[in-house]
Amino acid sequence: MPLTDPRDEGFGLYVHWPFCLSKCPYCDFNSHVVDSIDQAAWRSALLAELNHFAARTPGRVLTSIFFGGGTPSLMEPETAAAIIAAARGHWVAAENLEITLEANPGTVDAARFRAIRDAGVDRLSMGVQAMNAWDLAFLGRKHSVEDARMAWTVAVKIFPRVSFDLIYARPGQDVAEWRRELSNALDEVRDNGISHLSLYQLTMEDGTKMADDFARGAFKLPNDDVAADLFDVTQELCAAAGLPAYEISNHAAVGQACRHNLTYWRGGDYVGIGPGAHGRLMLDGASRATRQIKAPALWLKRVAEKGQGTQDEAALSTTMRAEELLMMGLRIGEGVNRARFQRLAGVALDSVIDPVALARLVTLGFLTVDSRTLAATPRGRLVLNEVLRQLTKSAS
Amino acid sequence: MTDLRHIRNFAIIAHIDHGKSTLADRLIQTCGGLTDREMRDQVLDSMDLERERGITIKAQTVRLDFKAKDGKTYQLNLLDTPGHVDFAYEVSRSLAACEGSLLVVDSSQGVEAQTLANVYQAIEAGHEIVPILNKVDLPAAEPEKVRTQIEDVIGIDASNAVMCSAKTGLGIGDVLEALVERLPPPTGDADAPLKALLVDSWYDSYLGVVILVRVKDGVVKKGAKITFMSNGANYQIDNVGYFTPKKVPVPELRPGELGYITASIKSVADCKVGDTITGEDNPAAKALPGFKASIPVVFCGLFPTDTGQFEVLRESLAKLRLNDSSFHFQLETSAALGMGFRCGFLGLLHMEIIQERLEREFDLDLVTTAPSVVYRILNTRDEIVELHNPADMPEPNLIKMIEEPWVKATILVPDEYLGSILKLCNDRRGEQIDLTYVGNRAMVVYRLPLNEIVFDFYDRLKSISRGYASFDYELVGYRESDLVKVAILVNGEAVDALSFMCHRASAENRGRQICERLKDLIPKHMFKIPIQAAIGGKIIARETISALRKDVLAKCYGGDVSRKRKLLDKQKEGKKRMRQFGSVDIPQSAFIAALKMPEP
Repeated sequence: MPLTDPRDEGFGLYVHWPFCLSKCPYCDFNSHVVDSIDQAAWRSALLAELNHFAARTPGRVLTSIFFGGGTPSLMEPETAAAIIAAARGHWVAAENLEITLEANPGTVDAARFRAIRDAGVDRLSMGVQAMNAWDLAFLGRKHSVEDARMAWTVAVKIFPRVSFDLIYARPGQDVAEWRRELSNALDEVRDNGISHLSLYQLTMEDGTKMADDFARGAFKLPNDDVAADLFDVTQELCAAAGLPAYEISNHAAVGQACRHNLTYWRGGDYVGIGPGAHGRLMLDGASRATRQIKAPALWLKRVAEKGQGTQDEAALSTTMRAEELLMMGLRIGEGVNRARFQRLAGVALDSVIDPVALARLVTLGFLTVDSRTLAATPRGRLVLNEVLRQLTKSAS
Repeated sequence: MTDLRHIRNFAIIAHIDHGKSTLADRLIQTCGGLTDREMRDQVLDSMDLERERGITIKAQTVRLDFKAKDGKTYQLNLLDTPGHVDFAYEVSRSLAACEGSLLVVDSSQGVEAQTLANVYQAIEAGHEIVPILNKVDLPAAEPEKVRTQIEDVIGIDASNAVMCSAKTGLGIGDVLEALVERLPPPTGDADAPLKALLVDSWYDSYLGVVILVRVKDGVVKKGAKITFMSNGANYQIDNVGYFTPKKVPVPELRPGELGYITASIKSVADCKVGDTITGEDNPAAKALPGFKASIPVVFCGLFPTDTGQFEVLRESLAKLRLNDSSFHFQLETSAALGMGFRCGFLGLLHMEIIQERLEREFDLDLVTTAPSVVYRILNTRDEIVELHNPADMPEPNLIKMIEEPWVKATILVPDEYLGSILKLCNDRRGEQIDLTYVGNRAMVVYRLPLNEIVFDFYDRLKSISRGYASFDYELVGYRESDLVKVAILVNGEAVDALSFMCHRASAENRGRQICERLKDLIPKHMFKIPIQAAIGGKIIARETISALRKDVLAKCYGGDVSRKRKLLDKQKEGKKRMRQFGSVDIPQSAFIAALKMPEP
């Protein structure tokens, strides 16, 4: 099991495709609606940026590629194929290299799915978001429940691994309703052999249309107690369906966790290419954070001129790195591995956490700790922000 | 040297915003005390705080030379006094230094309660009152109506009230002529032993204490040896002079004149307002009447937010006290708030001013506990003990009797808000003394316990009356009362800074209100937090803050890390601004907000 080996947290490539057919009101990702896209120009720019980062990270073993967005299913399959081929050429591809692409139901048909699969994508992640028409409309989704159902029925025949997303804790949603909706979804998941689910609570992100509407009082969200109840139901139903949580919002059958995302949570390195993409790279013994230019047109222009569109790149201090490792590592069920932490942060785990807070949080049942790992319990994961605030020593 | 007959000493009485400072500015400008270039608004209010809030805290004098219509030049001494009730004693001493007052009333607003109290003080001081109808240029001005109101409410003749607009300068000459014509000149004997009234004092880092005086008898000369009659302290005068408002040194000040003395005095605490200054060699037999030592009536705890700032707070308080001997402070240790000071003030405004100056001039971040009044306790050993801090309340079985201070409050309020105001007064254990009408305004006089008004009474009054009610009070004495200390327990532990004194009849109600408010003010923790109010060992109210169940980011992937980490750091910063009490974090704001009465 190479991926649970504390010596290997993986090394991933993230590719950002910043275009959508329409902007969803809750989404604060770097996504844009445009009239036309010069697919050839985008392909060569992404390849150029890939080339730039690959040159700085020679000899790494690539464990995953993730096409995110935006709506990368709108990307020409040839582009994905070219990027995958280039990545395989630049780095050593792991035997079990995982290649995920995000898709929106309604933007794909069987032929497109086939082309994406032929490009090398072996895992499809679909943004279904809700299983009723009213909530799909509230979330600004352009597809219907039927579109989604058709899409995954086709997808499971083409892709070895399929996942889909749902957003819950929506306005007016109560425990009984969600229980019904999720149970139905899990039935379909089982019937179609889907092995992974991402279940997110709806979050108001600053600057989104939905957050503005919420601030104006246009709708109400379930309060934190109801949201906690909804979370508990989610854990219960998914566990019973053989898809236990391996992260706060992610559920998978055994061995079906998203390896690319695990790399983020375990503190592994990743290259981020495309507008607004972030990366973390260990270079010359220090972890560096990279961020690409966010505006698509600007990024494209800069890459055409300079071969890369990096907005900024900065070394992370030990404190910052340690906080990130904790913040990410406590999200996953396996927790933070002490040996890995020491290797990645350069300091021992115990040196960055408040021992009094740790003892208290363990006693209260929010954390478990032993000689190998520090992990949040399911209860602890639900109040992780507070756990982190208490646990981490204040940066001075 | 000006002949006594050509001196006029006057104060200005006005409600906030009725134009006192503007009128003073205009008088100075008209008499040429300052050139146009030197003029700025509110020249006499030198502290930023005074200028911003439109209030006067320290007294000041200005000597104006005015050539009247009779062809003679008069020395007009304007004494700018604090107008607020908190400084009632200081005002009375300022008034004792003058023979007359300008009563400035806004012609669109009419007489306010604060004006009333001050004008009665002036009448008591034997002043000739010259009514001034200000702001007659405003469209809303109703000078005739206000003239009648002055006669009805105050009971003085306003038929020859002077109409003016301090803002435009209209009628300023008439104001000056009226001063000369109607105010009596001062009296005094230059050959008698020196008697000078100490009006105010402040600390100047170069000169030491600067003392404002009004010479009654005798002559104050540079180099002379003087004695403060209240404490027998002796000094040699360095300099004497007057203000224009610029400082002008002169060899001497004679009877009837107002001016300053410097004598290398280190602390204003030695220079008590109302004291009599006399000659060391030829002392007066009797001091001037009316001297009182100032006594703080409102107390609160001041604690630095950052416990590391304790020494800075101590030094800052000491510096402020150099300039204001009426405020007192002593060390206080609170289990919840750490080391700080118990501070005594003349009243609520005085308290606010000191707090604001500490935060502004000394850049301190403070936690203020709820203000408390001074209770008198007769203990079982038959000793009378003053209680300045609810935390120091003895066990009930050691108390024979508790007394609390009462005030007489005068409220002027438009008719339509009267009902709500009466209800407010009754809710605060008030006893009605008088209720009369002046036009469509009611004048209500109540007797109220000071502890019922010390906190948010004024805010409530203003809010109920949409700002139209005005309010004034004076202390009238102590009365026995059935008072209890209500302790607040958070997570089972008493938080001393939240305990308060109140009447037994309202204890349960207030205890419940505070528990309810704390429930909203204290953020959820990872465990349930009981909040209780208790008298002695008896719980009288209880609320529970439920445990935090959800506080997590739904999504956090590679692109979110930097942003979410910054968010976490920011939240941790916010946490630092809380006080940890046991395992509970209480926001600083809760200490004072919890004790505010809710809007009914």
